[in-house]
Amino acid sequence: MILETLTVDPAELERRTGWQIKPQGACKGERCVPLPTAAGGRVDARLLAERLGMPLVGDEPSGLWCLGPEAGGRALADVQAPDLELPDIRGQAFRLRSLRGRKVLLVAWASW
Amino acid sequence: MWQELSTELGPRGLEVVTVALDTGGVEAARPWIEAAKPEHPSLIDRAHVVDELFGIVNVPSGVWIDEEGTIVRPPETAYPARPNYGDQEIPPAASTREAAEIAEVRKLRTEAEAYVSALRDWVEHGARSRFVLPPEEVLRRSRPRPPEEAEAAARFELGQHLHRLGRAEDAVRHFQVAYRLQPENWTYKRQAWDLLGPHQSPLAVYGGDWLTDVRKVGAENYYPPLDL
Repeated sequence: MILETLTVDPAELERRTGWQIKPQGACKGERCVPLPTAAGGRVDARLLAERLGMPLVGDEPSGLWCLGPEAGGRALADVQAPDLELPDIRGQAFRLRSLRGRKVLLVAWASW
Repeated sequence: MWQELSTELGPRGLEVVTVALDTGGVEAARPWIEAAKPEHPSLIDRAHVVDELFGIVNVPSGVWIDEEGTIVRPPETAYPARPNYGDQEIPPAASTREAAEIAEVRKLRTEAEAYVSALRDWVEHGARSRFVLPPEEVLRRSRPRPPEEAEAAARFELGQHLHRLGRAEDAVRHFQVAYRLQPENWTYKRQAWDLLGPHQSPLAVYGGDWLTDVRKVGAENYYPPLDL
C-alpha cells in the first residue's frame, strides 16, 4: 500500500489487507490487535507495521512509503478469496465478487 | 490463450478471468489481449496486487475459486495448452545466446494436459472432484511469507509505483532489494528486467537475467511439478 504520509486510510487498509479498524483496534476475523486511532480517523502507519508485523519501507527522494503484507504466516491466511477489484482493458472496474455462484479460474499472466 | 477453454467450459459453469501483471498497464498487455479476442473478463494489474494477495511468483498461474468464493486450489502453473515454445527449433541464424535461451525454454515443464484435465473434472463434479483441496491443504500449499518476502512485496510495490511516476532510477533501487530478498520470484524479476531501458542490461543492473537465473535453478524447476 503506497503512502504519501505515515498514516493509513482505514478503508484502503481493509480493501488491501482485510484488516478492519474498529473501536477495539485492527480486526481480522476473530483476531483484534489494540491500536489507538489517530486524528482524522487515520491510523499511524509505524504502529500498524509494528503491531501487525508488516514491513514499512520508505523512499527518501520521493518522500513515499509502502506498507507491505503481514510477515510470518502464509500468502493465503484464509481460503475465502480476497475481494479483488481491478480494471479491465477498457478501464471499467471489475469485482471478483460479481462472479459468486459460478466457478472461477483466475489466471495470472504477463506480456513481459 | 484461454478463450477456447472458456468457450468449452463457460456454458458448464466456469468463468475464466485473466489478470495481466503488467506495470506497463493496458498499453503493454493490449496487443496480446487483442490477438486472443477474449470474451471472458481480462483484467489489468499494474501494481501486481494479485501476486501479493495470492502468493504468485511466476506466470501463468491459476487459482480455483468455487461458487461460494472459497479458494479450492491455490496458485499453481496453469497452461491451457502446450505452448508453441516447447517445440521451437533453433534458427540457423540464432546467436549463441538466443540458441542457449531456446534450449532452456524447451526444457520447461508445462503439464498443460494434466492441468486442463483436472479443470474439466472440477467443472463436471464440483466439490466432489478429487482435485478440490480441503481448506487446510489449500492453506498449507499457499506460499509461506517470511519477513524478507513481505519486504520484497513492499519494495516491489514501491518500485513499480516510482517507475510509473517517471522515477526509473529510484525504482531500480527498490527492485534491486526485492530481487535480493526473494530471488525465486520470477514475476518481480522479469517485470523489473522488462522496465529497463534499451541500453541497460539486467545482468549489469540486477546481477541476473533469464538465462543466467534459469540455469541457476535448472529449467526443469522453473515451473514446479504439478501436485494434482
